[in-house]
Amino acid sequence: MSDFEPKIITFLCNWCSYGAADLAGVSRFQYPPSMRIIRVPCSGRVSPKMILSAFRNGADGVWVSGCHPGDCHYISGNYYARRKFAVLNEMFEYVGLEKDRLHFSWISSAEGVKFADVAKEVIDKVTKLGPAKHFIKKLPEVA
Amino acid sequence: MNYYTDKIKEISKKILSDGKVDTVFGFRKGSLGYMSEPFMAKTAQAADKLVFDCNCRMNLVNYVTNRTGKIGIVVKGCDSRNLVTHIVENKIKRDQLYIIGVPCTGLADKDALLEAAEGEIDSVEDDGETVTVKGEGFEKKLSKKDILQSNCRTCIKRNPVIYDELVGEEVPELEIENRFEDVEKVETMSSDERWDFFNDLLSECTRCYACRNACPLCYCPTCFVDESRPQWVGKGDNETDVMTYHYLRAFHDAGRCTDCGACEAACPMGIKMRYFTRKTIKDCVEKYGFETGMNLEQRPALDQYKVNDPDEFIK
Repeated sequence: MSDFEPKIITFLCNWCSYGAADLAGVSRFQYPPSMRIIRVPCSGRVSPKMILSAFRNGADGVWVSGCHPGDCHYISGNYYARRKFAVLNEMFEYVGLEKDRLHFSWISSAEGVKFADVAKEVIDKVTKLGPAKHFIKKLPEVA
Repeated sequence: MNYYTDKIKEISKKILSDGKVDTVFGFRKGSLGYMSEPFMAKTAQAADKLVFDCNCRMNLVNYVTNRTGKIGIVVKGCDSRNLVTHIVENKIKRDQLYIIGVPCTGLADKDALLEAAEGEIDSVEDDGETVTVKGEGFEKKLSKKDILQSNCRTCIKRNPVIYDELVGEEVPELEIENRFEDVEKVETMSSDERWDFFNDLLSECTRCYACRNACPLCYCPTCFVDESRPQWVGKGDNETDVMTYHYLRAFHDAGRCTDCGACEAACPMGIKMRYFTRKTIKDCVEKYGFETGMNLEQRPALDQYKVNDPDEFIK
């Protein structure tokens, strides 16, 4: 298991967390390369369908990040997202998904250091869990 | 609750002949003794067929979505909360409705009735305390509280929230010791046990979507299971697809579900999918102190926010 490198799908909001990822990049902060970043307009845009879709296509972990509460570009997008994620997170745990597969964070575009730190933490936790077991579609997709 | 039938007929006939409404949505006796089916009475004569008993398990609010014209509708406590949700979500206007409220003393579980019966059931009579099951060569009296549907045991609103006319005196609300006992029991399991529990629970599912079609909340023009670009969930009985379907359906109902039990009553395979929706109800109650459909001013739980909502799970 030691050479296991997880695949993590990361949803970053355009206005804050994506900026933070950019800042982490230009500032040369180091974090492992196990993430695939998807830019979304707002954390409120992230639907449970997208998270499930990541898992069913073989992601070992999902991380969603947006602006700090009160700093949303769309005023209230992340407040709605917060309620949505709270229920979603509880539900995922309830049906038996391991707690550390799914991560949420608030990172502003000035927090490059926090981005790299959280990235390390997320990757570390998912690596410890090993490959995903649940919500994976093992049969080939036939449209 | 058969004693409400006459009053329901009387009100329906009156509002139909006065022209207050174009149709009345109610129940009539089904082809099986232990089932009542939804019925649309368009004339005063047709209203004679209306009945009400402990077999009225469907939620009639399902049929008023986006309807035009004036509608009379028979609602139990839980259904009336769905009606409130419908009005809040602009699926129907309050002034289109004439609401006939039924103070409900609970519905009979159809499996319990079938188990108790010693043959084919012809009729089920309910006087509020005892349920009399009659069939060929047998007649059995059952205590109603022993055969209640499981959602009726944890009901928090037996009397309708909104109505234009009640068909009887309000009944006392239940005193429930632990409302979410079943959910808590699942929560104490380990995560692998829970995963196995839910896969076992859903193993019989044939994806007939009876639960979705019986649910008044499921009114999306295109359901996510029918979307093909992108296809969020496969159509077969693959374990992951079945789990994804039930999981997402419950999530769509989060903060809107009133635990009316229509989904379970409609399921031909006897799947207890309320384990999913009840978890969302529990979360909304515990996190936001939110009960669905209690008044017309309140948006659904996930369609509102407070600045200080709990967020300890977010980094």
